[in-house]
Amino acid sequence: MAGMTTTGWEVVIGLETHAQLSTVSKIFSGASTAFGAAPNTQASVVDLALPGVLPVLNRGAVERAIRFGLAVGATIAPRSVFARKNYFYPDLPKGYQISQYEIPVVQGGALACIVEGKGFEPYAKTVRLTRAHLEEDAGKSLHEDFAGMSGIDLNRAGTPLLEIVTEPDIQVANIEQAASEAVAYARALHSLVTWLGICDGNMQEGSFRCDANVSVRRPGAALGTRCEIKNLNSFRFMHQAIVYEASRQIELIESGGTVVQQTRLYDPDRDETRSMRSKEDAMDYRYFPDPDLLPLEISSEWIERVRGELPELPAAMRERLVAAYGLSPYDAGLLTADRASADYFEAVVKALPAGQAKAVANWVNGDVSAALNAGQIGIGAAPVSAAQLAGLIARVADGTINQKTAKEVFTSLWQAEGATADAIIEARGLRQISDSGALSAIVDAVLAANPKSVEEFRAGKEKAFNALVGQVMKQSRGKANPQQVNDILHEKLAG
Amino acid sequence: MSLHQASLAELAKRLAARELSAVELAQHFLARIDRHRALNCFLDVRPEVTLAQAREADARRARGEHGALLGIPVAHKDIFVTRDFASTAASRMLEGYMSPFDATVVARLSAAGMVTLGKVNCDEFAMGSSNENSAYGPVLNPWDTSAVPGGSSGGSSAAVGARIAPVATATDTGGSIREPAAFCGITGTKPTYGRPSRWGMIAFASSLDTAGLMTVSAEDAAWVLSAVCGFDPKDSTSVDRPEEDFTRDLGHPVQGLRIGVPKEFFASGLQPEVERPVRAALEVYRSLGATLVDISLPTAELGIPVYYVVAPAECSSNLSRFDGVRYGHRASARGDREPLNLEDMIKRSRAEGLGAEPKRRILIGAYVLSHGYYDAYYIKAQQVRRLIANEFQQAFTQCDLIAGPVTTSVAFGFGEKAADPVSMYMSDLYTIPGSLAGVPSVSIPCGFGEGAHASRPVGLQLMANYFDEARLLGAAHQYQLATDWHRRAPPAFAD
Repeated sequence: MAGMTTTGWEVVIGLETHAQLSTVSKIFSGASTAFGAAPNTQASVVDLALPGVLPVLNRGAVERAIRFGLAVGATIAPRSVFARKNYFYPDLPKGYQISQYEIPVVQGGALACIVEGKGFEPYAKTVRLTRAHLEEDAGKSLHEDFAGMSGIDLNRAGTPLLEIVTEPDIQVANIEQAASEAVAYARALHSLVTWLGICDGNMQEGSFRCDANVSVRRPGAALGTRCEIKNLNSFRFMHQAIVYEASRQIELIESGGTVVQQTRLYDPDRDETRSMRSKEDAMDYRYFPDPDLLPLEISSEWIERVRGELPELPAAMRERLVAAYGLSPYDAGLLTADRASADYFEAVVKALPAGQAKAVANWVNGDVSAALNAGQIGIGAAPVSAAQLAGLIARVADGTINQKTAKEVFTSLWQAEGATADAIIEARGLRQISDSGALSAIVDAVLAANPKSVEEFRAGKEKAFNALVGQVMKQSRGKANPQQVNDILHEKLAG
Repeated sequence: MSLHQASLAELAKRLAARELSAVELAQHFLARIDRHRALNCFLDVRPEVTLAQAREADARRARGEHGALLGIPVAHKDIFVTRDFASTAASRMLEGYMSPFDATVVARLSAAGMVTLGKVNCDEFAMGSSNENSAYGPVLNPWDTSAVPGGSSGGSSAAVGARIAPVATATDTGGSIREPAAFCGITGTKPTYGRPSRWGMIAFASSLDTAGLMTVSAEDAAWVLSAVCGFDPKDSTSVDRPEEDFTRDLGHPVQGLRIGVPKEFFASGLQPEVERPVRAALEVYRSLGATLVDISLPTAELGIPVYYVVAPAECSSNLSRFDGVRYGHRASARGDREPLNLEDMIKRSRAEGLGAEPKRRILIGAYVLSHGYYDAYYIKAQQVRRLIANEFQQAFTQCDLIAGPVTTSVAFGFGEKAADPVSMYMSDLYTIPGSLAGVPSVSIPCGFGEGAHASRPVGLQLMANYFDEARLLGAAHQYQLATDWHRRAPPAFAD
């Protein structure tokens, strides 16, 4: 395998993503879209394509498409058309898929992302979208377990999809970096569709499926022949698959071969892509407008109503957090990685007096995040609620406990050892000692017991001061108010 | 007067007066159906089911219901799916198929209390003009059993023509109600496209298929039409208009009515023995006080090539669901060789299950939708269709109704046109333009052929603008008050 650096080659990538829309029923029938049911228990007569059935469009699917289009700054087509894509396959009951061809519901748009990876600093990238259109999903074919036959489960047939297509805007002269850009876009798109509540983003269940169109070329030359890598169901596999494929194409051309346009599947076990079918045998889908459906007309009133109901989008929220709370863009970025985290953060901030936003950000991006990762759960399942965390941070802010104690209390709260921070502080007598008299006494005792440190400090050694502070904290079992200890020590040592 | 010579109004009166029960009425027609099996009108007769429905109608009457259609028998074209009878579309592909739901048209007539006599024969998948394309044998014309009854609704027209059913549902895509009605000397009614629901109609050409009725008279049609037409949320192309009483204009005299006569409908293709009765009918209208206006529909002559691009295109896609996977004929593993793989199974299932005419139209349809030909054929045809529709609108500024022949000839003999598909397609010359525009149209009997064809009926076609069925049926009724062609039954079936 050639090295990851490319000499004289540019990798060009365009992405197509199929996002299953989160409607309760299917796009053209009333059957349920819930995942995991027994085979063929969620396929209505319409999904089975029995003689005489007809499709009826699900308004919720259209609404979600509009939401998406507005969030990416696209044009919502006032009139778009459903078209039949004709081909035979057992998991396609009608022998055609209802999709959109010449006139899709969403046109244009763009998505910003932050590209991260090995060997370079994170940077911002905007990927333009060509279009997004509505279509129905096919059923599932299962080829094992059926003794030489194939099992067809039509539960998925008719689930609404939004197919989101980018321009080939990823053009990088470094394979790893090109893959990183693709993954960054996919992550940002995943984040956006879940943020908007239009897709549950569950890649294992097939709710969010990415295909990457990869080609290579000499910089400045015309676009090379592309291969489509299908069904990359994790970001890690996407990265690996793109790296493999770009390398494969470069090696092939450098050894005198030509890239054949084809569809390839990524095999994660062997870390390679394999040809699935050649585009030379490409199907002629004989697209034509579906005569069973009227053209989809979307009024400007509908668009404005959806616009009014849009949640604050991640990019706007990041800006607001930076402006209103003085957070760093990095911290704001972490907090807005998903809507649940952002909502949690804001709920904690709102439950506290002004000026605590940075502290909250540190807690959420620090201890909370670490605890979530350790427990492999999402913030929705966090055992410490926003209210509980606010209660804890309030006690640090008002001096009741110090930061170190707070971390202990947090752990206790996480393990449900107390209902509130106050309850735990009370039960275990964790109040910070802020009484200057009491602290003075402890300081006196420490100074008396550590004459060597006192001498070293007076001789100019700063480290001796920290040792004395450490002793005071130890004597007070960590409960001494560190700021006050500092002040008192300085006072007494000066005098 | 025997029961099969009575009008629906007369039957309703006798049922309401308890002089007659629904059971007796059903038994009367079941006996006639059995006696005249040689016509091959019926594909599925289940007397026990029919009589159970009749008993239910009588019970409803006993409970105080008194709708006009309660207890009236009806036969359903085998294009409408029914729960209680097989639905085959006259194809081997659907031999014995039992639908889990009723077509909306069937359900609406059932709800009104009509009693199903059984499913009637037609051209396979509604494709044909002679009922010679049925996989279950042709239907005979009751007026002359050496002649075809017309198609595709040949079973419906022959059944009403022979008076073995008082009403039959039918479908019209390019003339499949009007042409067989003309050939069998009865009244065929095709409403505005979108008025009757297409839910449960096995689809042929989605933008053209229109459910309608075969009856002995226009008055009978008006009685039943309100139950046939009506908004259905399960059909996205269903027109949402308030329910209508289509009998309201039956009594209106035609004084002052402007009847447009298109010169293109009286050109060289029209047989003299058809032209004479049609012109005589126009004179009857003039004598009743209507004004005849010369109009021109110059693009109408392109109707046939337009139709035979658009309809096959849509049907090539609509018939893709018949792949042997979920229902219908699957190429058998018993006896002859097992399918080698999926593709072999689909190909053989369709090759074995579908007849020659559906195959022909699927091939044409796939061709005109294929890459490189779509613009030249499909798009062009749809554009010309728009021109034809516009010409009707233009014509209706000069007249209230349009009148002319239904067909170029009287019913032809078996096998006469079967060898030459194009000459068969020419049978729809005068009916196709109205289908392409979607306007409502009727065929009413106005005479007979001459010489050897003296027993073969001739039909007059009347067309109205969109949603003007009440005026259309009113004008047809006024003609039937002044003439008695519609009261004539074929001698072998009169008693």
